[in-house]
Amino acid sequence: MIQVNELTKDYGSRRALHELTFEAQQGEIVGFLGPNGAGKTTTMRILTGYMAPTSGEARVAGYDVIKESLEVRRRIGYLPETVPLYTEMVVFDYLKFMADLRHIPNADERVEETLEMVGMLDRSEGYIGNLSKGMRQRIGLAQALLHRPEVLILDEPTIGLDPSQVVDVRNVIREVGKERTVLLSTHILSEAQQLCDRVLIINKGKIVVEDTPQNLQARLVGAEHVVVRVRGDNDGLVEKIRKVKGVQNAHALPDGAVEYQFMPAQDVRPEVAKAVIQSGYDLLEMHAVKMSLEDIFLEVTREDTERKKK
Amino acid sequence: MQNIWTIAKREYKHYFISPIAYALAAGVLFMLGVAFAFLLGQSTQMALYGGGSAPDLTQLNGFFAFLLVFIVPALTMRLVADETRMGTIELILTSPISDFELVAGKWLGGLLFVATLIGITLIYPITLNFMVDPGVDYRVLLTSYLGLIFIAASFLALGTGISALFSNQLAAFLVTFVVVLTLWWLVGLPAELMPKAGAFLRYLEVNSHYAFTFNAGSIHLSDIVYFLSLIAVGIFTGAMALESRRWR
Repeated sequence: MIQVNELTKDYGSRRALHELTFEAQQGEIVGFLGPNGAGKTTTMRILTGYMAPTSGEARVAGYDVIKESLEVRRRIGYLPETVPLYTEMVVFDYLKFMADLRHIPNADERVEETLEMVGMLDRSEGYIGNLSKGMRQRIGLAQALLHRPEVLILDEPTIGLDPSQVVDVRNVIREVGKERTVLLSTHILSEAQQLCDRVLIINKGKIVVEDTPQNLQARLVGAEHVVVRVRGDNDGLVEKIRKVKGVQNAHALPDGAVEYQFMPAQDVRPEVAKAVIQSGYDLLEMHAVKMSLEDIFLEVTREDTERKKK
Repeated sequence: MQNIWTIAKREYKHYFISPIAYALAAGVLFMLGVAFAFLLGQSTQMALYGGGSAPDLTQLNGFFAFLLVFIVPALTMRLVADETRMGTIELILTSPISDFELVAGKWLGGLLFVATLIGITLIYPITLNFMVDPGVDYRVLLTSYLGLIFIAASFLALGTGISALFSNQLAAFLVTFVVVLTLWWLVGLPAELMPKAGAFLRYLEVNSHYAFTFNAGSIHLSDIVYFLSLIAVGIFTGAMALESRRWR
């Protein structure tokens, strides 16, 4: 559904995208992850026809985003990061206007159905200017869903929402993502983990990692992380654990527990447990922590910058 | 076409919630009303001395045309510039309408608003028709009003095009005002000094296509071509400005 091939975009002398290449299939929810300024918004703006790339090509539903821009735009629903809406308009009138621009038959009914989907039907007579940030976000989402597009492009769709709204919006995205292609950007890693079939980590205009959230975790977890907790004082515990052969990087955590790592090939957990008990501590718990996408993300983007320095 | 109409409808409605548009409409209608009363008074006075004629309403339209120089820049300044500033342009430019349709729709919305103002001034010939015998010469007024619409359409197109070049309303206002004022009056000034280029400069002058033709009851193809060219230049400028934005 989305094919991006060696897309490059320069803003003056600054290169925002560097030969970006990726694909997204129908029915797939693809998460676009990256720090601010990584090129997420730029990529989305090129796909939606708002901007032209400096070089490279992109296709949506088989149509070229530059040469067949109108065809592409007909098939895309887009929620920009800033959610730009006409604040002086009434919610219903605004959505009716957008529906008319898309030549939707029975626009009135469609607008109501869509407002229902995003849970904003009771606000259809209110002015957009009087809505909260979260509500505007949902009107923006409604606007993107009006024409039931084949491809949805959502730039930070849950930013500024309160926790219950976040759940609602994620459910809507999951629902529409069943038969549509969704490309969403986020810097909330847990969101990508929950929503996406595939994650693209982008940094400085390049894709640095591309995989399913599960694989990413498996692939990037080099060392196992374990947290040890004891009753009472933990004076000297770090040193004791550090002495066990095979333990790497033992350090105290702010809450009094101690974290250490070991390579999977050499499981040192029994040795650590013995050392802790023999040293007279009351061992309360010892558990493995999974590396979160957060850590992976930091690792990947850091590696990338370090490699550049060398 | 449908898209142009959708955009135009929204812009037209927007004028009715905009304080600037109300202020401009009130100002224009007030000044025209005063001028109408003055013309009436003058004719009545002349009639008392046994001479004179019915008030000439084409003078009123000539005055209206001059007022357009001031009100059109204020009406068009926000059309595209404000969408750029607010960021709403992003959703319009990513919806399936062409740049031309967007600019043409905005222009048409402005034209409908000015046409509404012009429509309100029809009250003057209608009242005058009851007061004079054998009634007003509606044929001259018809071409006079037609020319007025052409002037408004040209100015509005230039203003819309210029508005697309800026993200700042004030800049759009000033540039439009300078361009429109130049076409109205300034361009004719050096014409006297330059015998060769003078004819061309005088051709550029808006009033030379209105005062003695449309506003005197005659329609010339050359005048229509002139106004249509200005409209085309304005809308083309706007569409180009939007197109160039994509490549920046």
